[in-house]
Amino acid sequence: MSCAPRSLFHWPAVSLPPFDSPKWQTSPRAFAQGLRATASTVLTLVLFATYLGIGALAHDTGFSLVWVLASTVFLWAGPAQIILISTLGSGATAAQAAIAVTVSAIRLFPMVVSVLPMLRLPATRKREMILPAHFTAVTLWVECFRLLPLVPRERRIAFTNGLGVGLVTASSIATTIGFLLAANLPRTLAAAILLLTPLAFLLSTARNSHRLVDRLALLLGLALYPLVSMLNTGVDILISGVSAGTIAYGVHVLRKRGA
Amino acid sequence: MSGLIGDWHALLVLLLAGILPNEVWRMLGLWLGGGVDESSELLVWVRAVATAILAGVIAQILVLPPGALATVPAALRYGAVVAGFLAFLGFRRSIFVGVASGEIVMVGGTIWLG
Repeated sequence: MSCAPRSLFHWPAVSLPPFDSPKWQTSPRAFAQGLRATASTVLTLVLFATYLGIGALAHDTGFSLVWVLASTVFLWAGPAQIILISTLGSGATAAQAAIAVTVSAIRLFPMVVSVLPMLRLPATRKREMILPAHFTAVTLWVECFRLLPLVPRERRIAFTNGLGVGLVTASSIATTIGFLLAANLPRTLAAAILLLTPLAFLLSTARNSHRLVDRLALLLGLALYPLVSMLNTGVDILISGVSAGTIAYGVHVLRKRGA
Repeated sequence: MSGLIGDWHALLVLLLAGILPNEVWRMLGLWLGGGVDESSELLVWVRAVATAILAGVIAQILVLPPGALATVPAALRYGAVVAGFLAFLGFRRSIFVGVASGEIVMVGGTIWLG
């Protein structure tokens, strides 16, 4: 981490080369810029801490290190990993776990849909975007909106792949450390590490919500879930998310008409 | 869970109940999202739903906490997150200050409650 203690208190300034710099001339160089950008964001630190928690949780639930590392690399979605580990750990069937995971993962669909137009050139083929689509999760999504406007369009896929590889690598290291530490972790510390996920997700989403519609969606989503969860439908997150998102969008449309 | 430690059956469950149900949404986004315009109204709605679903995941971890977090009283879990959010708002929207404040409240509260 290149963060001096002082810079941790602020969103670090983005220091990417200007568009005409030779550093953007080839794809490998753009990939390296993406890899380097991983070290310049507080979110990497937050992600690292989140994956310490996931490694520890997997250990305590009885999964192997290989298993949890495979989940970090191939599943690559913190909330889904926590949901999978805790539902299987509480004795749910694989089918029930699959439903819980897929419901939490629906949010990845609009994330991919909104990231891809920033990467695409008219000649870009779908298979070039498979890897960026796989890396898409909340951290990469937030970072793409912040950083991609500063990256020349023809180098954005390579840059995003560099960012993704950097984030997955840091998270895999954290998963391993968390797994190995878990046996000796006091209960309060283990709870503190697990609390990092909701805190970090809440604040990074709030940080990235510039428009009223997104802030409203966040607020309503938080408020509706506890109510909907009392119905115990098995798809509570889906019901509360689609309702809250749609209400927020409705307010956005009404305000636009009124203006 | 001991039967699931490190054997092929556990990895098969990971693939079928974890990786595939998760990855399908990314690939659908890649497949169906190709024609969507960057600034379209549909994307505004889709992004609002994504944000609200993520909010639901956050709320779920707090309401039905996993592992060691379940040993922390509910009021303390909610209080810590509210404190973190207020610190975030009050300190130039700094994620670091917000996360650190929430954690201090939770750990401090746990120790104080004994």
